[in-house]
Amino acid sequence: MTAAAMVGAPVRARGRTKVVALFAVLVTALVVVSVVSAGAGQYGLPVSDVVRAVFGQPLADPFAEGALWAVRFPRVVMSLLVGAVLGVCGALMQGTFGNPLAEPGVVGVSSGAAVGACLSIVFGWTFLGAFTTPGAAFAAGLITTFAVYALSRSSGRTGTVSMILTGVAVNAVAGAFVALLMFIGDQAAREQIVFWQLGSVAGARWAYVWVAAPLVVITAIVALVVARRLDLLALGDRQARHLGVDVERLRLVVICAVAVGVSAAVSYAGIISFVGLVVPHLVRMVVGPGHRVLVPASLLGGAVLLAAADLLARTVVTYADLPIGMVTALIGGPFFFWLLRRNRTKAGGWA
Amino acid sequence: MITAEELSVRLSGALLVDGVSLELRAGEVLVLVGPNGAGKSTLLAALAGDLPLAGGRALLDGVPVERWRPREAARRRAVLPQHNPVSFPFDVRSVVEMGRAPWRDTDDDDDDEIAVATALRDTGVAHLVDRAYPTLSGGEQARVALARVLAQRTPAVLLDEPTAALDVRHQELVLSLAHRHARSGGGVLVVLHDLGLAAAHADRVAVLDGGKLVAVGPPAEVCTADLLSAVYRHPVEVFPHPRTGVPVVLPVRDREEEECLP
Repeated sequence: MTAAAMVGAPVRARGRTKVVALFAVLVTALVVVSVVSAGAGQYGLPVSDVVRAVFGQPLADPFAEGALWAVRFPRVVMSLLVGAVLGVCGALMQGTFGNPLAEPGVVGVSSGAAVGACLSIVFGWTFLGAFTTPGAAFAAGLITTFAVYALSRSSGRTGTVSMILTGVAVNAVAGAFVALLMFIGDQAAREQIVFWQLGSVAGARWAYVWVAAPLVVITAIVALVVARRLDLLALGDRQARHLGVDVERLRLVVICAVAVGVSAAVSYAGIISFVGLVVPHLVRMVVGPGHRVLVPASLLGGAVLLAAADLLARTVVTYADLPIGMVTALIGGPFFFWLLRRNRTKAGGWA
Repeated sequence: MITAEELSVRLSGALLVDGVSLELRAGEVLVLVGPNGAGKSTLLAALAGDLPLAGGRALLDGVPVERWRPREAARRRAVLPQHNPVSFPFDVRSVVEMGRAPWRDTDDDDDDEIAVATALRDTGVAHLVDRAYPTLSGGEQARVALARVLAQRTPAVLLDEPTAALDVRHQELVLSLAHRHARSGGGVLVVLHDLGLAAAHADRVAVLDGGKLVAVGPPAEVCTADLLSAVYRHPVEVFPHPRTGVPVVLPVRDREEEECLP
């Protein structure tokens, strides 16, 4: 072994320990938050009952068992899925654009989905039954994302800056459409739009979970497969290409995955800001920027964060179900700011 | 290894490279010089396959560079652009390890550790392995970027101003590494601003001016006072080094002329 490799060895081992510790903490947090969240609420249940129910054992109180399976569990699972997909897509977006400010919303997924949802609400569409609003949001999110991608391509390549700027323009137009639809809609529709935009996983049913889960899984698998190549994009498009990355194809794959995953999440849960932006940063602060760890850790971290936010949203004010998007931004924003301030000096910034 | 055939590049209407034919051969250090805006970096980028061509061809091992799959091309030539920012605080080792990406899942990935360790040592950055790249000085970043390119272990290497941010010692270090690579059968194309470095280290010098190739050949033939003075629009003196005989290139520094400048 060379001298250089030997100098690096203890630090590497320390890095690996950190990674193992992070995953252990995340998995533990995931289990604890899920169980506590399933038990908490207006009708409180002890942890032991939740655990028994998870393992398929009957509870003494059949009403409690019914509530757990019909209301609490799908809601917890939904918050985990939505959080996981937002976290992983945040890591994907920041990775593909080599930009720490990128988040899924940059390419228009969220604002596009909002237009779709508003259309279905204002015009009272019902062609997909209970799935109409999520379905319209999903379709519009996908269409908007691909529009941003197509518009920002020139001579077969997409520049990072041109893509982000195109996203800004498309987001502005989508915002105008939402405003127009709110203007057109009656008071009930307006109220519904406002609450959709605030984001919530309330009222999740297994039917929604089964629709969203496969899309989230697809996104997660794609993310894990491309993770390693994302490291190279940190060097810039040109350099990544010189190192053998088909940058265009990689970016297209990532954007498709983000569009599918985030459209699925947003279509059901509405706009939940902040998770996609912040989770990857938190992970990077602990284990560094390597995407092989960052992507799976952001997946778990997003799930934990959103499940915890939902728990807070349901319990912080008795008899009130606060909008989860408000909770994530209200608590996460200042916390994130504090972390940034604390880490800026030692991490050398995010360039 | 790398060939420009009547290569032209046009960017937003301006013809930046105009019908250049030039070949990088195995075993040589070919230095590209010329005044600012002569098209050196543009030519290098075109040869690397970064820019669409307005005419002619850019060949990598006889095949147009855009026809290679990126990964195959990356096993044949490495490129060091002028600026090498890294968007997240990767540590130095990770950055250099990225140079091994084209060899992943091949028989050569057994060499990864040795290639990385050697590149770190050769560029004198082994002591920085655990530092975050964005916290390094400009010269340190430049050497780490070079280490990444060396770790790629390709026959052809294109370097765009690798010495710009470096002190004298490290400038010499970089060019001696280029030489070593050429002696072992590789080919190195280097864009340089320092004519002294070019004259001292090049096997051949190519002079660009206004997008055209005006001269190419061994330094002793190309680096003449007349040619360089004309190309740089500034009087240049060339004389043999008293000890080694290597041509020394210096701009004429007339005190009176300097005082005339605004």
